[in-house]
Amino acid sequence: MDAHAAQHAIAATPAFSSQPEDLAWFILLLPLIAAASIAFGVRRSSFLSSTLSISATVVAFFLSIALFLAFGVGGYPAVTSPFNWIHVGGLQVDLGVTVDRLSVLMLLIVTGVSSLVQIYSTAYLKGDPGLSRYFGSISLFTFSMLGIVLADNLVMMFVFWELVGVSSYLLIGFWFDKPSAADAAKKAFLTNRLGDFGFMLGILVVWSATGSVQFTQIGNVLGGNPGALGGLASIAGLLIFCGAMGKSAQFPLHVWLPDAMEGPTPVSALIHAATMVAAGVYMLCRAFVLFQAPGAWPAHLWFLGNISALDIIALIGGFTALLAALIAFQQDDIKRILAYSTLSQLGYMVMAVGCGGPDAAMYHLTTHAGFKALLFLGAGAVIHACHHEQNIWKMGGLWKRLPITFRTFVIGTAALAGFPILTSGFYSKDAILVAALDGGHPVLFGLGVLVASFTTFYMLRLVIVAFFGPYRSEAASHAHEAPIAMTWPLITLAIPSIAVAWFGLGDYLSSHFNPHFHAHEGGGLFGPFNHAPLAAVFGSGALLFGATAAFGLYWGADSDPLPARLGLLGRAMRNRFYFDEIYEGIFVPMHDMLGRLFGAVDRWVVSGLGIRGTHGSVELFGRALRLLQTGNLQTYTFLFAAGVAVVVFVATK
Amino acid sequence: MTPGLHHYLIVSGLLFSLGLFGVLARRNLLVIFMSLELMLNAANLTLVAFSRFNNNLNGQVMVFFIITVAAAEVAVGLALIVALYRKRQSAHVEDLTRLKY
Repeated sequence: MDAHAAQHAIAATPAFSSQPEDLAWFILLLPLIAAASIAFGVRRSSFLSSTLSISATVVAFFLSIALFLAFGVGGYPAVTSPFNWIHVGGLQVDLGVTVDRLSVLMLLIVTGVSSLVQIYSTAYLKGDPGLSRYFGSISLFTFSMLGIVLADNLVMMFVFWELVGVSSYLLIGFWFDKPSAADAAKKAFLTNRLGDFGFMLGILVVWSATGSVQFTQIGNVLGGNPGALGGLASIAGLLIFCGAMGKSAQFPLHVWLPDAMEGPTPVSALIHAATMVAAGVYMLCRAFVLFQAPGAWPAHLWFLGNISALDIIALIGGFTALLAALIAFQQDDIKRILAYSTLSQLGYMVMAVGCGGPDAAMYHLTTHAGFKALLFLGAGAVIHACHHEQNIWKMGGLWKRLPITFRTFVIGTAALAGFPILTSGFYSKDAILVAALDGGHPVLFGLGVLVASFTTFYMLRLVIVAFFGPYRSEAASHAHEAPIAMTWPLITLAIPSIAVAWFGLGDYLSSHFNPHFHAHEGGGLFGPFNHAPLAAVFGSGALLFGATAAFGLYWGADSDPLPARLGLLGRAMRNRFYFDEIYEGIFVPMHDMLGRLFGAVDRWVVSGLGIRGTHGSVELFGRALRLLQTGNLQTYTFLFAAGVAVVVFVATK
Repeated sequence: MTPGLHHYLIVSGLLFSLGLFGVLARRNLLVIFMSLELMLNAANLTLVAFSRFNNNLNGQVMVFFIITVAAAEVAVGLALIVALYRKRQSAHVEDLTRLKY
């Protein structure tokens, strides 16, 4: 409750006194200023555009560090709402920023990864004619993402949510003259819109039930009366989750993320690994208080009992994690393997939220942002070196050719696989497994362990095939290490993938969600083995199992031995379980049919009967009336005089 | 026998009817125009008669206005007719049906 009191203290101070949290506004607006200056000013010079964009983001990063030092370490949460934006009836929406441990951490991730990715892009996209457009879009994206992170109410978050969708559309479709990229951009945007519609409905439900859209106020209402949402509790939670389902690409809206790999590789690293897809998970954690309400359904859905939204979220997350991992087994495109791996890890995080562990989800989000961005940038360096070859079966032997990329890529892989003690991924994955156990979901715990071993397997498959063995193509044998602007971000990102910097993060996050949290005794590097040995041992065992299988199958293999062994299942995995085909077979024709129906109604009823009908009958009447006009002056005069006579006669009678 | 108000009104009515007949029956614009003036003057006569018999000068003031306006109207109207005649070589109303439909 002292957090609450501190907030009141802030609210009581005058609006124009400068508070440390005002820094957050600068951080938010810097990328917007960069984007606007590029769009309206220095667009012609790609050098100026990139310099402006990068320096804005780097400054924002340093301001974020300052904010982190002021608030993250033993600070108090602060909300500033200086601008009254909309005040209609019972709806009050302020433009405010939330500065607390959660948002400060996200600020660091977003500005940090964005800076590195932009520096990397100057080399990766060297000479591209659309470079200014690229940096403008990425600045716009950074601005939108920071908006989601800082928003202190659902409506403001939704606005930035949509902005992220737009800027992601611009970036996926950066090479818009390539039809596949244009289609992928459209697909990503439309799939996201589907989820956003649910999100919007969820916001409306929450607003009508609690009378507020502001996170702290909703928290106060639900804190005073956990049943405030009544029979709508589960439905509200699920509708809000729809938004996360779209942005964080959860089943069944996961289909856009692999296609989004059509965008430039640095974009995949920033948007489709570290930030945009993390927005869904972040939103679930930010609005976690909504999901803590006991599950309840409207009367006519009584048979659902008291299943809470969290149970369904956990199931969907777990299912997505498993499904995506299975698909990743049989992909040959280096970026698509990483894309499905991202899907799988996002499923992991969502599962953690569903098991009641938002701190574990945020922990994994943070570490994942680092090592997955590293892996994508590494993949970009490989693709760059192999002259835009993306098939891992046409690489091989790259460890000699690309020493820095190879080493950092292996560090990223180890972190993703959760190599014990040494890597950040181990601690965050362990936190999720512990959350599943503590939340009373032994089945999901088992599923998590299974997915962990799958993750190790497909990542090692990628590393072994792409970096070891003989050169499998001409391009691979002539590959050369990337320029320094590309290797430097790789090395920087490899540092946080190693454990040392991260094992305190779990306690940092736990104390955000639970003010009464006390760190475990015997923490530190070996902490997981001390206080939750079951999860740690199973996690390490999964790694060992996956690694053994991968080395056994792929070390020295010339072609993929799996399809022959898996048969039909292997083909289904290779074809992504036919989701795209199913959607194309069911939803696209249904959508087209509806479109044709509405088109016909518009053409024949609205336009035909309504508009042309009215216009036609008026014109017909007019044509009949004009026959009365003779053009003879004296006829008119006579009719006029006769009319006057009649009026006078009637008036004087 | 001194003429009473109704005598003036009858004369005025006759003048007005004559004017109206002229407007409706004649084909030449100039004659129609003259008939219109006749109708105006019938109205003037009525006003003056009422003014005289009611001992109220308002009617006469009104008549001055009407005469003034009529003079202006004649100037404009005659100019229009002359212009029309120059253009169409005719001042007959049945030839002026261009604005029909």
